[in-house]
Amino acid sequence: MRGITKRFPGTLANDHIDLTVRRGEIHALLGENGAGKTTLMNILYGLVAPDEGEIVMDGSPVTIGDPADAIARGIGMVHQHFMLVPVLTVAENVMLGAEVMNGPVLLDRGEGARRIRALAEQLGFAIDPGARVEQLSVGQQQRVEIVKALYRRARILVLDEPTAVLTPQETDEIFTVLRRLRDEGTSIVFISHKLDEALRIADRITVIRRGTVMGERAPAATSEQELADLMVGRSVSLRVDRGVAHPGEVVLEVTGLRVKDDRGHETVRGLDLSVRAGQIVGVAGVAGNGQEELVEAIVGLRKPLAGRVTLRGQDCTGEPPRRIRDRGIGYVPADRQRYGLVLAFPLDDNCVLTEYQKPPYARGMIRDDRAIRARADELIAAYDVRTPGADVRAATLSGGNQQKLVVAREFGDDALLILDQPTRGIDVGSTEFIHRRAIAQRDAGTAVLLVSADLDEILELSDRILVIHRGRVVGDFDSASAERERIGLLMARGAA
Amino acid sequence: MDVLLVPRLLGELVVYLALVIPDLLPIVLGLATPLALGALCGVLNERSGVVNIGIEGIMLMAAFTGYLAGFATHAEIGAAAALALGVIVAVVTGALLGLLHAWLCVTVRADQVIAGTILNVGAFGMTAYFNRLIITPSGEGGAGVIPSVVLGLGPIAFATLALVGLVHFLLYRSRWGLRTRAVGEHPKAADTVGINVFRVRYQSVIAGCALAGLGGAYLTLESTGSFQNGMTGGRGFIALAAVVFGRWTPLGAWGGALLFGAFTALGVIVRVRPAAGEVGALLAAIPSFWYAALPYLVTIVILAGVVGRAVPPAADGIPYDKEARA
Amino acid sequence: MTALRTRLAAWWRVATLPILAIVLALAIAAVIIVMSSVFTGAGFFPLLPLVAYGSLLAGAFGGGVAITNTLVAAAPLMLGGLAIGLGFKAGLFNIGVAGQFLAGAFAAAVVGARLAEAPVVLAVTASMFAGALAGAVLGAIPGFLKARTGAHEVVTTIMLNNAAALLLAWAVTDLVRAPGFTFPRTGDIGNAALPVLLGRNLHLGVPLAFIGVFVLRWLLDRTTLGFEIRTVGANPNAARYAGVSPLVIVTLTMALSGLLGGLAGAIQMLGVIGFYASGISAFVGFDSIAVALLGRTDPIGILFAALLFGAFRAGAPLMQIETDVPIEIIDIIQALIILFLAADLIVRRVFRVRSRPTDTPGATTVTRAWGKESVA
Repeated sequence: MRGITKRFPGTLANDHIDLTVRRGEIHALLGENGAGKTTLMNILYGLVAPDEGEIVMDGSPVTIGDPADAIARGIGMVHQHFMLVPVLTVAENVMLGAEVMNGPVLLDRGEGARRIRALAEQLGFAIDPGARVEQLSVGQQQRVEIVKALYRRARILVLDEPTAVLTPQETDEIFTVLRRLRDEGTSIVFISHKLDEALRIADRITVIRRGTVMGERAPAATSEQELADLMVGRSVSLRVDRGVAHPGEVVLEVTGLRVKDDRGHETVRGLDLSVRAGQIVGVAGVAGNGQEELVEAIVGLRKPLAGRVTLRGQDCTGEPPRRIRDRGIGYVPADRQRYGLVLAFPLDDNCVLTEYQKPPYARGMIRDDRAIRARADELIAAYDVRTPGADVRAATLSGGNQQKLVVAREFGDDALLILDQPTRGIDVGSTEFIHRRAIAQRDAGTAVLLVSADLDEILELSDRILVIHRGRVVGDFDSASAERERIGLLMARGAA
Repeated sequence: MDVLLVPRLLGELVVYLALVIPDLLPIVLGLATPLALGALCGVLNERSGVVNIGIEGIMLMAAFTGYLAGFATHAEIGAAAALALGVIVAVVTGALLGLLHAWLCVTVRADQVIAGTILNVGAFGMTAYFNRLIITPSGEGGAGVIPSVVLGLGPIAFATLALVGLVHFLLYRSRWGLRTRAVGEHPKAADTVGINVFRVRYQSVIAGCALAGLGGAYLTLESTGSFQNGMTGGRGFIALAAVVFGRWTPLGAWGGALLFGAFTALGVIVRVRPAAGEVGALLAAIPSFWYAALPYLVTIVILAGVVGRAVPPAADGIPYDKEARA
Repeated sequence: MTALRTRLAAWWRVATLPILAIVLALAIAAVIIVMSSVFTGAGFFPLLPLVAYGSLLAGAFGGGVAITNTLVAAAPLMLGGLAIGLGFKAGLFNIGVAGQFLAGAFAAAVVGARLAEAPVVLAVTASMFAGALAGAVLGAIPGFLKARTGAHEVVTTIMLNNAAALLLAWAVTDLVRAPGFTFPRTGDIGNAALPVLLGRNLHLGVPLAFIGVFVLRWLLDRTTLGFEIRTVGANPNAARYAGVSPLVIVTLTMALSGLLGGLAGAIQMLGVIGFYASGISAFVGFDSIAVALLGRTDPIGILFAALLFGAFRAGAPLMQIETDVPIEIIDIIQALIILFLAADLIVRRVFRVRSRPTDTPGATTVTRAWGKESVA
């Protein structure tokens, strides 16, 4: 890819990027969230058209107008958010668009299943073509995505943040598969923001920052520090100094909690945990093991089947969200656009979203716009939210600034603070900011419950680490004695 | 109070219904035909991800244009040809309106409920306008009615039965069906494997609306032989309820159509073949207005009871934006 | 001075699209009129639209009587448009205004007939109240069902419309039929009739409708309830997170919406029609949709849109008498207006209006998923 440039309204996503990938190599595309890596690969895959630049394959320039073109040229892509249809089977998903036919109209399911099984075996794992995708684990789904690409004879395989949702063990397994593919001659582009993994798996690394190539390195000839500096552009401290915690009394106590999810499955199956004031407790786990339902039950968005939730000694199980919040909880939800903000509303309204009905923001039923605006200005300044003013719609903010707004609203003098995937998908600067503020809250005496699929974040921030697996706590570690490998095993299998 | 009253009434009711089934069945099938066709339209549309509440308007418009075609030509080309022409015109009308709906929903990405409303309001206005202008003043009748083939049912009614089976089969066994379902559940996934989401949606919507057009043809050309303003009488919306009832499957939706048809038929049969005994007196005492209202009320009850457990296609009602960054 | 200019400029930007949509709709309707002039006794007449629109204008604004007719026709449309607009704010599409209108009219007629001899203040207030209540109940039912079970309010309200029309017809025939008339109808409302304030027929309902506009505006913008309604409409998940109960708000909003619809029926009954019989004109139900959309779901916009459609309805009979153009052309114009509002691309293309990215809210998504998960 030469001189690739792409502009979106308001940003220059790719600025004259050059990228060369050789046959039979694993090439890591490294950069922080929002750097432009995914855009570049979307251009390669034909999802997006470049404004300038050209793509050259095997020496001749090509035009890739849409994914069908890309597939025809042997480019396959495994996206960050899986492109699998949950209610369809593995076979249907893999065959979609390149179906095995029995005559002009009907599908040949038998033959399709046979081919898929054979392909998976070649790669060293087994899949059931008849299983519905929604029944598979995340790691299994990813393998289906890879089979899907190879079924179309991909010679170049692009993987976008493949390890974001995997346990350390699953990451090892996927790396084995990738190395095997590379040895057979496939070229692999591995998009990631994780330096250590890039160093582990890649043959060459290209670093992108703000749409520009900052440099290309061979892993042997570089270091984590150098890569980090290239990625962010300034010396970045890779670790935030957490300091020592001084835990006080128990603020949150959960006993024997059982919760069902939307589909009626019991995903929290008898869970106990406690968080003390002035302490950060991190809950590590693969997505889908009950974390969401646990958090929703604590804040009142979901009624538990059984068990108890006590806040500062008072039973608040099953109470409505407003009552629980008034007891003193701040909650930063995992999906800020769905739960944390109303994107269509101005920042004013978003800043008082959780207390709009209380004085001074409202007297009885009448709202006080001036008090609301004052509060918004205050929060925006205190948390460095980049915005032209408080009257713009929340949708105009970047992801990082949106999250900072939510954090600004929720951080305060509550007794308990719940952080659910607080830095998912946001830039390093905002991440650093939020981490520092979280630690400051802890030091001010707040009890903090951190739920995250990012093991690094958990290890970095937590004073105590709990591992959740299939709705139960299967591991309880003090941060000093926490080992990554062991935690990873617990996350994946529930036992070490 | 006679404790045995209710069981006795129920017993008599069951006996009555059993006796009356031979007469009831064709009526139910006939009444269910436009509902089933409308429901197939709904299934096809929504399976590809497009909500269509304008089925009512499409049916009405097609009913009118079909009738108009027959009305205008039966003097020249004879009743049979005129009726056939009317059916074709109705189906084409449905397809054209489907094209409009698809354009509004898929290309323009307008709100799909509003797009459907445009079809409804427009159809009511257009049909009433031209009815008053052309047909009513002439004082003439139309091309007549398509004669029934078996059991008092005409060709369209039979075709409907076949169509239900055909659509169901194709939706789950053919390549077209797989792609359609994928587009309705996760259009981005389909896009990334090279499927043209827009084309698939256009195809589904137009095909479905053509079926709704056939439903309109049934109303004026096979069922009544005349046109009244607003004669669809909410069938397009009952069809939507049938879609939900049938969990967005063609066979299930047909079941829903039969169910609603049965409730409507009840009002008819009670008058035509009155029941005997106490239950007969009871049934006769219920005012006709209540029988007429029954299908609508049943629809509400069933919708309320069923929807909570039924899951629509995941991308139903969400316009597809290629450039949207997740 | 510049503050006023920026306010006016902002207003103009918002109003541009609806105005152009109206112009375009009238143009297309003119084409239809020309085409259909073939079928009239006079034969093909290309200038027919001009004559027709002229009559329309005359019927709507030509003289004091015409203007009062327009206002009288506009009043229920204002309330109906507010009803639908309020629903939109909460992400609901209350097509049931037609049924709520009928229920309100019926209740007002029945109570009015009962209190025909009572003091005016009592009779009027009680009848209006009855109408509002009937509408509220008819609105609350689909609202509750939507909130609790996810049953889509478009289907349930239309079903209720049909069922209500039938059952009210039954009620008039069998339950509350007034003796001494040749067809089934309710009795004279006597003192419950809305006092006439001006001219021959400008009744109390007209200023009431105007007041309603401002009350609703205040409710939506300045109160916590309005905030809750708008939040549920914009993002029901975030609303739950904020402590708002979508169940309560959806039911309440539909009830309020129904109340407005019922009120529209009540003032039409007590101010214009005077008795309930099956088949009374219920154009309000569907006109209200166009009014709400034309007014961009904003109360002030709805006010103007209602005046426009009131003008249409007031002037159409004269147009039909003078030119033989059927009054249903108004329905066609209505559909065209909604079409051009929804597909605003066409309007922009035709009139070369530049779209500013921050203005258009994009596809106003009223469509909510059919299932339960989006609300509860």
